[in-house]
Amino acid sequence: MIKVEFLGPIGKAPVEMEAKTLADVSAKLKEDETIAPWLSKCAVAVNDTMVKELDFVLKSGDRVSILPPVCGG
Amino acid sequence: MELYNGPLDVKEIFGRWLDEEAESNYGAYIPFVGTIRAEGGIEALSFDIYEPVLKSWFDGWQRKAEARGAIVKMAHSIGDVPVHTSSYISAVFSPKRRVALELIDEFVEDFKANAPIWKYDVIGGSRIYAEDRSTPMDGAGLLK
Repeated sequence: MIKVEFLGPIGKAPVEMEAKTLADVSAKLKEDETIAPWLSKCAVAVNDTMVKELDFVLKSGDRVSILPPVCGG
Repeated sequence: MELYNGPLDVKEIFGRWLDEEAESNYGAYIPFVGTIRAEGGIEALSFDIYEPVLKSWFDGWQRKAEARGAIVKMAHSIGDVPVHTSSYISAVFSPKRRVALELIDEFVEDFKANAPIWKYDVIGGSRIYAEDRSTPMDGAGLLK
C-alpha cells in the first residue's frame, strides 16, 4: 500500500492505494474526475524526491506527492 | 533557508545576513526583495509551502553556488502577507561581483519556476489560487 497526497490548491485528502509503479498511480488517479484535470500540469515526488520516470518502482509505505503549478515570491 | 509566518522583517534579515558574512571575505553581496504590489483589488497574498521539497531544491542551489565560490540565502513567508510588505527575499554572496550578478538572476528565476510554493490572492477575505500566474514544475505531466 502506498499513500498519495495532493499539495497546495488541489484540496483533496490523501488516498491510499496498491501500486507497483507510478504508471499504476497514474491509471488510478485518472479515474478520479476531481484529480484527472490536474495531472497534465502536476509534478511528482516520491518520499520528497522529485521523480521524472513513469516506470519508477514503488514499495509499500512510499509516499507520492502531487505538486501543482507553483508561484513563489 | 528561513520560513516565517506572515510578512518578512526585511531589514532585520538582511542586516543579520550581512553580519553573518562580515568576516567571510566576500567582495559582493546582492540582495533581492519581493514586495506585494496592490493590484487586482487584493488585500494580501497568501502562501502554502511544501518544506521538504523546498529544502532539497534550496540545498541543490547551495551546492551550485559553492561550486562557484558563492553562497545563497533566502527567506519566505507562509500564510497571509499584506500589500506593500515582503514575502520573499534572497541574496548571493561571492568573492567578486560577476558571479553574484549571474547567480541572483538564475536563482530567482529558478525559484519562480521550481520552488514548491503556492500563491493565493486574498480578496474580500477569500483565498483564491493564482492559477494564471503559476508555472508547472520541471517534469510536470508525468501522470497525465
